[in-house]
Amino acid sequence: MNTLFWRTVKGAIGVFTAFGFLFLIGPLFVIVPLSFNAEPYFTFRPEMLMLDPEAFSLRWYENLFNDEEWHRALFNSFFIGICATILATTLGTLAAISLNQSNFPARRTVMALLISPMVTPIVIVGVSVFFFYSQPFIGLAQTYLGIILSHAMLGAPFVVITVTATLAGFNQTLMHAASSLGANAWTRFRRVQLPLISPGVITGGLFAFATSFDEVVVVLFMGGLEQRTLPRQMWSGIREEINPTILAVATLLIIFAVLVLFTVEWLRARTAKQLQPQ
Amino acid sequence: MTTHVEFKNVAKTFDGHTNVVEDINLQIPRGEFLTLLGPSGSGKTTCLMMLAGFESPTEGEILVDGKSVQDVPAHRRAFGIVFQSYALFPHMSVAKNLAFPLEVRGIETSRRNELVDRALKLVQLEGFGSRKPNQLSGGQQQRVAIARALVYEPELVLMDEPLGALDRQLREEMQYEIRRIQEEVGVTMIYVTHDQGEAMVLSDRIAVFEAGKIKQLAAPITLYEEPDDPFVASFIGENNRLFGTVTHVGEALCTVDVDGHTIQAAQVAEDTSPGDKVVVVIRPERVSILQSDHSLSNSQEATVLSITFVGDHLRVQLDTCGNPDFIAKIPNIAGHGSVLKGDKVNIGWATLDCRALPIR
Ligand SMILES: Nc1ncnc2c1ncn2[C@@H]1O[C@H](COP(=O)(O)OP(=O)(O)OP(=O)(O)O)[C@@H](O)[C@H]1O
Ligand SMILES: [Mg+2]
Repeated sequence: MNTLFWRTVKGAIGVFTAFGFLFLIGPLFVIVPLSFNAEPYFTFRPEMLMLDPEAFSLRWYENLFNDEEWHRALFNSFFIGICATILATTLGTLAAISLNQSNFPARRTVMALLISPMVTPIVIVGVSVFFFYSQPFIGLAQTYLGIILSHAMLGAPFVVITVTATLAGFNQTLMHAASSLGANAWTRFRRVQLPLISPGVITGGLFAFATSFDEVVVVLFMGGLEQRTLPRQMWSGIREEINPTILAVATLLIIFAVLVLFTVEWLRARTAKQLQPQ
Repeated sequence: MTTHVEFKNVAKTFDGHTNVVEDINLQIPRGEFLTLLGPSGSGKTTCLMMLAGFESPTEGEILVDGKSVQDVPAHRRAFGIVFQSYALFPHMSVAKNLAFPLEVRGIETSRRNELVDRALKLVQLEGFGSRKPNQLSGGQQQRVAIARALVYEPELVLMDEPLGALDRQLREEMQYEIRRIQEEVGVTMIYVTHDQGEAMVLSDRIAVFEAGKIKQLAAPITLYEEPDDPFVASFIGENNRLFGTVTHVGEALCTVDVDGHTIQAAQVAEDTSPGDKVVVVIRPERVSILQSDHSLSNSQEATVLSITFVGDHLRVQLDTCGNPDFIAKIPNIAGHGSVLKGDKVNIGWATLDCRALPIR
């Protein structure tokens, strides 16, 4: 009876997982091949299904690199993404370090505030940021700076969380040792603490970059024509001129996301190795 | 000799109501080897950390060269410190670990390499420079930690149980090395251990800690021969203890009644008076089993409970003066075979070999 029960549970979990994969990963198997479609359609034509080489082409990828709007979107995405990442990583790391000092006043509250952009619905973030930044005395709506700041705010929580996690395994006596050896606060941070928590910093930075890279709502509210990023361009692409360039972009984004994922995983393994008991 | 380090009425509390250490008064002359000795949790590391600048005293002050170090940040104090947990930088090779304090001080590369090599040689780790700390055994890591604390030639070195992880032979070698370096370089050493043998071998003076207080501060031989605190008497070496009441006080001597037996003991506290509760302590090696015609100023009847052969001596467990755990160490010389288990014997010891310590 008992084993039967557990077998049923296991079976149910298996089916659930299978559906999960089907709905989450399945679309990718449609999008990737279609991005090589030789014709401007979103459907598989019989030639494609027969694997006729004539039916495939790289024209949408070419288009992506030749079309001026896509070109700018690509540049914007990287520019905004990199700036926001640098900002989020620097501030997030510093915040995590001070929040992990036991004498920091009201650490839980401050921590909760810093993390809040992660759980606030993105539409609300978009609207509020837009209203706030478009006040005449701030005037950051429709500027790169405005988007970069908003994205940094969205990315910083990831950095705070990953750095906090690495700090848990960081032996504070090392900082004492460094100061006994004559190192001032900056040297201690740069030579001892930063190298040891760098996996957390980099992981957080990658998440922050990924956040900015596929963020569309804030850009919809805040960005002008000038500041269109890839997701924003895809958004108008889908609404205005339907052609598989969008699929080419999507494929590139997927590849990029997979690379980020692998890097994070590799860093995690490396940290685990470094922190293993001496 | 000038005072290098001074603790004045230092007390420390972490939680605001219980003192982890209190009443710490120490004057450490330049060049002295001082050991803080005491059981686990007695506050040794806390004292060291206050001197190093990682904790600040809740009361009192610490002076170095006569000046308060209250406002000097740890990295300006320039003491060499060996931490209880080694604290080697795991992402740097051994050589980089050793070079760190030299780089921070802006010492040029060739001189730096020279000093690093010398330090590695000092701790017998030549050829290990390129290894990472987690590729070393515990003892090797400990030696790297020692080398790193000495490499920039500090005037004051603090070591927190630096030899804890070494095997006996290496430990003895390192003790010798540490003492040699200390004398050669003339550094002032403050050394923490809970191994009394190590403390005896190394130290000029030993401060015995118990529950956050210094019970006695004296040279090793004084601690052994003239303990003036019951804790010190039983912590340093082995001591027989007999609890009793003072009945008569003479000049530097007193008479103690222990379970109806009268014992003559050297008087320790100046203010001892009749009626005081005291513990009389006697070293096992000072107790002899008396031949019938001999007598000593203290002579008691005893029953032999057991005899253990230890090699150079016999360890005899006796029941005397109401203490069934009274130990006598009898040298392994001709004629010892006359004592057998169950025998009734007379034992004795000199007045000066037994001390009456007030129970506070
Ligand atoms: N940061 C701290 N916060 C609270 N209590 C502490 C702290 N550091 C030490 N203590 C307490 O202070 C007391 C003395 O600790 P300390 O580390 O000085 O002992 P120790 O003599 O070095 O012992 P050991 O031989 O085990 O190293 C202990 O009871 C310990 O629990
Ligand atoms: Mg300790």
